[in-house]
Amino acid sequence: MTVLDVTGAVVSYGGRRVLHGATLSIGAGEVVAILGANGSGKSTLVRAALGLVPLRAGEVRLFGTPLRAFRQWRRIGYVPQRLGAGSGVPATVREVVASGRLPRGLFASRADRAAVTAAITAVGLADRTGDPVDSLSGGQQQRVLIARALAGGPDLLVLDEPTAGVDAASQQAFAGALAGFVAGGGTVALVAHELGPLAPLVDRAVVVHHGEVVHSGAVPEPAGHHADPGHDHVHPHAPTDGPSLW
Amino acid sequence: MSFFEYPFLIRALIGVVLTGLMAPAIGTYLVQRRLSLIGDGLGHVALTGVGVGLLLDRSPVLTAVVVAALGAIAVELVRERGRTSGDVALAVLFYGGISGGVMLVTLSGGGGGRSLVAYLFGSPLTVTRADLVTMGVLAAVVLAVALLLRPWLFAVCHDEEYARVSGVRVRMLNLAMAVTTAVTVTAAMRTVGLLLVSALMVVPVATAQRFTRGFLATMAAAMAIGVAASAAGLWVSWTADTTPGATIVLVAIAAFVAVTLGAGLLRPRRPAPTDAGPPEVVLPG
Repeated sequence: MTVLDVTGAVVSYGGRRVLHGATLSIGAGEVVAILGANGSGKSTLVRAALGLVPLRAGEVRLFGTPLRAFRQWRRIGYVPQRLGAGSGVPATVREVVASGRLPRGLFASRADRAAVTAAITAVGLADRTGDPVDSLSGGQQQRVLIARALAGGPDLLVLDEPTAGVDAASQQAFAGALAGFVAGGGTVALVAHELGPLAPLVDRAVVVHHGEVVHSGAVPEPAGHHADPGHDHVHPHAPTDGPSLW
Repeated sequence: MSFFEYPFLIRALIGVVLTGLMAPAIGTYLVQRRLSLIGDGLGHVALTGVGVGLLLDRSPVLTAVVVAALGAIAVELVRERGRTSGDVALAVLFYGGISGGVMLVTLSGGGGGRSLVAYLFGSPLTVTRADLVTMGVLAAVVLAVALLLRPWLFAVCHDEEYARVSGVRVRMLNLAMAVTTAVTVTAAMRTVGLLLVSALMVVPVATAQRFTRGFLATMAAAMAIGVAASAAGLWVSWTADTTPGATIVLVAIAAFVAVTLGAGLLRPRRPAPTDAGPPEVVLPG
């Protein structure tokens, strides 16, 4: 069964076309990396798949159901690039993670609370439960976001560049939590600029270039100076149409 | 004579305590979304409702609730689109609301200037038993929304996009929050007034934030501060013979200054937070 099915997706931002009929299909239990340069449209592809960006043309199906009719949002865990900006009032790690598992009735059940605790433990932040998320490092905040997605007990995790600019320790903790999810039979769509410690988990890579899927198969080898062992891969504002994907 | 020997003072106390309890409860969500001034704008709009009520010889509180709620829905729809022109649309709505209110109140001949001042800046000492019943019902609605819907409202305020992907009915919750804000403004109009109620939605929350670490803790502390400032403000205004609404707000601001200074002295210097962001008092939109 396909978990995520995007066919011929076209997306425009204010007249500028970002996706030109991209097609992507992810089966149950697959771990798919969606790779591409900055501005290639890889993030837009998954955001369109989740209904966060309107489609000009094309179709999205989640767990076999057309996006418009899809209601089982509990089956999806979404990890955005960073914590939302709406943090005028402090919120603890536990409060943010608990927002990933909203009670079905008026109050949180014992199972809800246990799932929140388990998710926080899985990302190695059990000692920071009561701390405000603003006091955490960028990498730790990113771990809070994956815990929030895991707390709901999803079948599909959609991660949008979760490890961009994250310290090595947090990347390892992140990879560990993701490995646990995959071992339990979970499906993953991972948007990334580079895979780092997440590489061993990936079954298949999809490469997005200029708003189209240009490759689906093995993870491409880094080329040119990017293949150097000491290459420090940091170029957050690189031009969108460089000669190489890497 | 002691404070508690006057029935009108006891009624005033109940009125301001209800205001001090409900305004920060909904205000916590507004501050979290950086919509601190929205209550002020809705207060402007509510004045038109007061004018309509006085003109039709109906309860001004009920017409104000209806008009402010409609205004709140309009504000939310403008905000949702997120256009820059929305800022101007809100200005037109707010100033249209207050001008319309002033005109209608004067047309109704309902006490003219005195009546206007009472609605704009509050007049808790003239609160009747019937006013208290209305306020109590409105406060119960506000507290029920703010406290019982907390997990969902928190999710929407903290990360609207994530809430959407979690299947939360974002639009319905946003509208519920907007209407609840309108109800709060109207319920507080008899005590601190339409122009000052926003202060009680924001200042206690800003004060609580100085020493709290979480959202629920901030909300609880803000409500406690709101109640304390309202009661203390009423007492100060009684002893110093000043306007109650303005005195309550000044007491709340004094608490904010004291806590801010105290927190600065007591807290060891720590590194700046990773995500400082803009100041929390910004124009809606």
